[in-house]
Amino acid sequence: MNFSLTKTQELFLRMIREFAEKEVKPLAAEVDELERFPAETVQKMARLGLMGIPFPVEDGGAGGDNLLYSIAVEELSRVCATTGVILSAHTSLCGAPIHEFGTPAQRAKYLPRLASGEWIGAFGLTEPNAGTDASAQQTTAVDAGDHYVLTGSKIFITNAGAANLYVIFAMTDKSKGTRGISAFIVERDFPGFSVGKQEKKMGIRGSDTRELIMNRCVVPKENLLGQPGKGFGIAMKTLDGGRVGIASQALGIAQGALDETVKYVKERKQFGNAIGHFQNTQFQLADLETKIQAARLLVRSAAFKKDRREPYSAAAAMAKLFAAETAMEVTVKAVQLHGGYGYTREYPVERMMRDAKITEIYEGTSEVQRMVIASHLLK
Amino acid sequence: MNIVVCIKQVPDTTEIKLDPVTGTLLRDGVPSIMNPDDKGGLEIALGLKERHGGHVTVLTMGPPQAEEILREALAMGADRAILLSDRKFAGADTLATSNTLAGALRALSFEVVITGRQAIDGDTAQVGPQVAEHLDLPQVTYVEAVSLDTPAALTVCRAVEEGHQTVEVTLPCLLTVLSGAVKPRYMSVRGIVEAYAKEIERWNFDNVTVDERRVGLAGSPTRVYKSFTRGVKNTGTLHEVTPEEAVEIIVTKLQEKFII
Repeated sequence: MNFSLTKTQELFLRMIREFAEKEVKPLAAEVDELERFPAETVQKMARLGLMGIPFPVEDGGAGGDNLLYSIAVEELSRVCATTGVILSAHTSLCGAPIHEFGTPAQRAKYLPRLASGEWIGAFGLTEPNAGTDASAQQTTAVDAGDHYVLTGSKIFITNAGAANLYVIFAMTDKSKGTRGISAFIVERDFPGFSVGKQEKKMGIRGSDTRELIMNRCVVPKENLLGQPGKGFGIAMKTLDGGRVGIASQALGIAQGALDETVKYVKERKQFGNAIGHFQNTQFQLADLETKIQAARLLVRSAAFKKDRREPYSAAAAMAKLFAAETAMEVTVKAVQLHGGYGYTREYPVERMMRDAKITEIYEGTSEVQRMVIASHLLK
Repeated sequence: MNIVVCIKQVPDTTEIKLDPVTGTLLRDGVPSIMNPDDKGGLEIALGLKERHGGHVTVLTMGPPQAEEILREALAMGADRAILLSDRKFAGADTLATSNTLAGALRALSFEVVITGRQAIDGDTAQVGPQVAEHLDLPQVTYVEAVSLDTPAALTVCRAVEEGHQTVEVTLPCLLTVLSGAVKPRYMSVRGIVEAYAKEIERWNFDNVTVDERRVGLAGSPTRVYKSFTRGVKNTGTLHEVTPEEAVEIIVTKLQEKFII
């Protein structure tokens, strides 16, 4: 057992932290305020190979692993949760299922474009009536000889407006329930595909979230991802990986809020002393730091298990559950320790508190994570 | 084009604190980094390679842990890394260091040698120019930008006190680079992943073409007479005033000093 980062991971951490501080942090307040997708940051990330961290070099990736990817999402989210989730959805929810379940031809066609950042990826599972109950898919895919015809809509899709490629789930056989769900690789330019208007959100406001509309959308047969009827399993396995990404995002938000708070309590004076001098402040900071360190161990151990190809579904669920709830607690307390200033947009903890909430909701709510964890205990 | 970039591992002086009692440097726990001017030099070299093709070698003299900056240079895109490490090299001043580097460069083929202007720990700005003298190379100092317009010469923009000067220098040559005008690239993810799988060539005294009396402590004529902490400079005065009042104060001060 070894709790230290390797030399390679340390070198990577140094790079991504410097990149986050110099290139991402200066834009964080603006992309939130203007609800603006930071396309220029994504371009810079693409040039460094950050859009394809865990994919093999032969697929156009950087040849890294999930630990490096987790560190990247954490460090980006420490300064800007929007940028963190752009990378997470792109990598875990679009690149990863194509890498894992795609044919050699699908991998060769799509992964180099995704990994180089030429294309941005997204994932469409959630529907107006299929949220936590993802099996209640109403989007249909009808076999029309050499292609499928997809009809329906997906909502709350991260990266929707910026993406060029989508992994989308639809019913190919309604009579079979979850075994009638199939996965498809859909290009933005396919006939009948369009995106709706950008959602107005509480947090991660620079992340481009929209509806996907399939109006008799024509998808070539060769774009079926995996076997027909295996879509639900693909979606669940993809979300296991996605949870490592979102857990890393939550961890980053929590760390960012604590960093800001430590800085603030050293400067802010009340009753003649820096507020960090008071035991109430100290005890709160100690509890938050302890929870963040615990969250980091859970997150890194889930990524580590995935890299070792060990079962990691429960580990990812625990990492996401704990990191998300830690992010929420840390950011709420960070605002409290900042007092009135923390409630204003002059200080980043206000944004971080709004950003943290989504980590308890998307890619499986905290309740879903508890279901996953309990099902592993009781199976 | 073959380019050799000489780099140095230095303590990150922005992180160094002074002991409030003794006034000495507190070096414990201070991270080591690639000297910023050297990193600027590496960026110039990698830019030339991108535009004109070629091969970039990084060379450092230092203890075994100096390997870290060579890995970083490889992750940024350098092709080859050489660590000059030998007890005989220890205790070197700038002259002995430049003799050792020149000895190593004699064993390498190159059209351009690049060094940083100066290192943030010593601030002498002597090593680059000395290397050029040992190897009888034309040198251009304080370089900010380089282009290769003809096959046999570089067009170089250098910073001078009054502004900028553009000169042409024939190859082979040595440049000392200023970091200020150059934004070094980040290490790439793939570069990082592969950096520790690449070989670092470890050279000792036997690999270097130089007289033993000219390296290390024996080859260092510099004698430290006394070390002391510089007195604290006047920190200036702080005026918390309106912009209009601030203009008034600034103009008065500038007039007092006959600047305007």
